[in-house]
Amino acid sequence: MASIEVRKETCVGCGECVPACPFGAISMEDELAVISDECTLCGACESSCSYGAIIIRTGEAGETEIDQYSGIMVIAEQRDGVVDHSTLELLGEARRLAEVDGSSVSVVLLTENAGDWPAELISYGADTVYFAEDTQLKHFRTEPFSRITEKLIIEKKPAVVLAAATTTGRDLMPRIAKILNTGLTADCTELAIDAENGGLLQTRPAFGGNILATIVCSDTRPQMATVRPRVMKAMDPDENRSGKSEKMNLSPGDLESRTEILEFNPLDEGEVDITEAEVIVSGGRGLKSPENFALLQELADLLDGSIGASRAAVDAGWIQYPHQVGQTGKTVQPKTYIACGISGAVQHRVGMQSSDRILAINKDETAPIFEFSDAGFVGDLFDIIPFVIKEIKRRRK
Amino acid sequence: MRIVVTVKQVPDTAEVRIDEERGTLIREGIPSILNPFDEYALEEAMRWRDELGGTVTVMSMGPPQAEAVLREAVSMGADEAILLSDRAFAGADTWATSHTLAKAVEKMGDVDIVMTGKQAIDGDTAQTGPSIAASLDWPQITFVGFVRELNQDSIIAERYVEGGCEVIRSSLPVLITLLKDANTPRLPSLRGKMKSRKIDIPVWGREDLELPENEVGLDGSPTRVVKITTPEIISNGEMHHGEPEELAKLLVDALLGREAE
Ligand SMILES: Cc1cc2nc3c(=O)[nH]c(=O)nc-3n(C[C@H](O)[C@H](O)[C@H](O)COP(=O)(O)OP(=O)(O)OC[C@H]3O[C@@H](n4cnc5c(N)ncnc54)[C@H](O)[C@@H]3O)c2cc1C
Ligand SMILES: Nc1ncnc2c1ncn2[C@@H]1O[C@H](COP(=O)(O)O)[C@@H](O)[C@H]1O
Repeated sequence: MASIEVRKETCVGCGECVPACPFGAISMEDELAVISDECTLCGACESSCSYGAIIIRTGEAGETEIDQYSGIMVIAEQRDGVVDHSTLELLGEARRLAEVDGSSVSVVLLTENAGDWPAELISYGADTVYFAEDTQLKHFRTEPFSRITEKLIIEKKPAVVLAAATTTGRDLMPRIAKILNTGLTADCTELAIDAENGGLLQTRPAFGGNILATIVCSDTRPQMATVRPRVMKAMDPDENRSGKSEKMNLSPGDLESRTEILEFNPLDEGEVDITEAEVIVSGGRGLKSPENFALLQELADLLDGSIGASRAAVDAGWIQYPHQVGQTGKTVQPKTYIACGISGAVQHRVGMQSSDRILAINKDETAPIFEFSDAGFVGDLFDIIPFVIKEIKRRRK
Repeated sequence: MRIVVTVKQVPDTAEVRIDEERGTLIREGIPSILNPFDEYALEEAMRWRDELGGTVTVMSMGPPQAEAVLREAVSMGADEAILLSDRAFAGADTWATSHTLAKAVEKMGDVDIVMTGKQAIDGDTAQTGPSIAASLDWPQITFVGFVRELNQDSIIAERYVEGGCEVIRSSLPVLITLLKDANTPRLPSLRGKMKSRKIDIPVWGREDLELPENEVGLDGSPTRVVKITTPEIISNGEMHHGEPEELAKLLVDALLGREAE
């Protein structure tokens, strides 16, 4: 059943909605809008409220209501005006899914200044770009971003909404899904369209990567998912693709926020973001001491790579947490991942298994890491790595 | 300061094994533990209670045996515990879980902060916290690694994101989700252990929370799990044995390509 709700904390008691209601069903009590039984859920008040304080919930959508939803909407992510690579990956995946049933792909970009991005997003697979510009949209903030996106979803009725499973996507999407009374699947690694009913099959690791669960959201719309970065592939940009872009109108209430960003402190220089690295040399418990990470560093420097680590090495205090790869660390997808003295526990594997190529050095030939490596080298890393360094230097001369 | 910490009882995923034939989890004999992330939320709540005064209430939704994690939290220093348990709550996804937890926070009244773990190690969704905030129509700060300041009106917290750390101020009431390593959780004390044995833990069911049947448990959950599989292991790799020097050459071949020779 559909219902209407006034969000108590958001309603400022301005009274704008009172005259907007064609049925006289709204009154103000204690600076809060109160809706009586006269309400027909027509929605006139919802759009009159500049603060997004009135929400009509579609409840359990019947078959017909579900039919009103179509297309895939991607929530773009940007930092300092630059769209994140994960958005391009989502567009690539959305395009692939859309080919199945001929549906369309839209993308929402909230930013300070959209610049050339709308055209760029079209070249990466979007049919429609909805964008909003405001200095207050320079940085992601939960409330304005969720309010604006909720309104757009209610208006455009996409069947599927996708965002990256980054700290932004995982902050934003649960909020939107709760407000819109619909399902959300976290951190998907695989998406597909169900051939029988057109629903979205959302697959994700759970129980520390021990199992893969496929999840559906059959009775409510949109079907929402966050998608693990660096798992899906972006398409090659095609400048000849056509699409349209539409600038969204904001009302002042859209930008209200109870939180404020006081500072942003980027990672220290040298504290490289391993998710960006093309080569990762990663060490585990087999490294035995913090000093031995210098050996890996020497190899990584030769390869222009970064250092990764297993949780065992981080927990032992040999290297800092930002280097941890895995379930509770980072997910990486470098061109080459060299695992040294890492057993390959499932919690580690989920963070690195989509690397293009995995090479492993381990003295135990039964170590699980070899089960998913492209090449395995059975031996002592302390014997092998110095020769590797020497050999690279020799060949480069 | 009235702080609620939501805690979940989870299977220790490090111990989870797979029934290879059926591709299902073997859950029998797997120890249940307090979700590790929730320990950091609990510690953060207690740290501020100790400084500012007030109470820390731990709350869990789950089967009757979930009481165990509430008692564990009390032994570590929580003041009160509430168990949300009802057959109707079974099968809840994050929508229904957060809906139920939020209703219970509303029922308590006058709560200043809700703290949750970043994620539960069974589902790893990290969705429950922000969804509770949405239900309550409160602001939220997720992925908090450190709370710098807290007083009756506002909070300043460090939020860890890709590429850096945001310092965020929010008005109260607020919900925050805590990262691992936000602090060092204390161990149970003797006094806490005694208290945890004696404490009376109220159990609230669906009717206590005045929730309709279609908003809780499986019926209130928009998502369904339709298939469970075990990850496929792709082993196409060549294994190399031999002398270190020889292995090193092969590894460099793989890295630089043979043509570099
Ligand atoms: C909830 C949860 C979350 C987790 N999250 C993560 C995560 O994000 N990331 C992560 O990595 N782990 C995670 N873990 C831990 C994971 O289960 C493993 O314990 C961990 O990955 C093991 O690290 P390791 O491979 O370095 O150590 P070990 O398993 O001890 O393996 C060391 C390996 O080094 C080899 N070795 C030793 N000496 C040498 C030598 N001289 N030369 C060559 N080889 C040598 C050994 O043969 C062995 O295979 C998590 C666990 C849990 C329960
Ligand atoms: N059933 C539950 N009872 C109490 N708290 C929960 C429950 N499920 C999730 N939480 C809280 O929400 C956080 C995130 O869980 P999840 O969204 O399942 O990853 C956990 O760390 C808990 O603090």
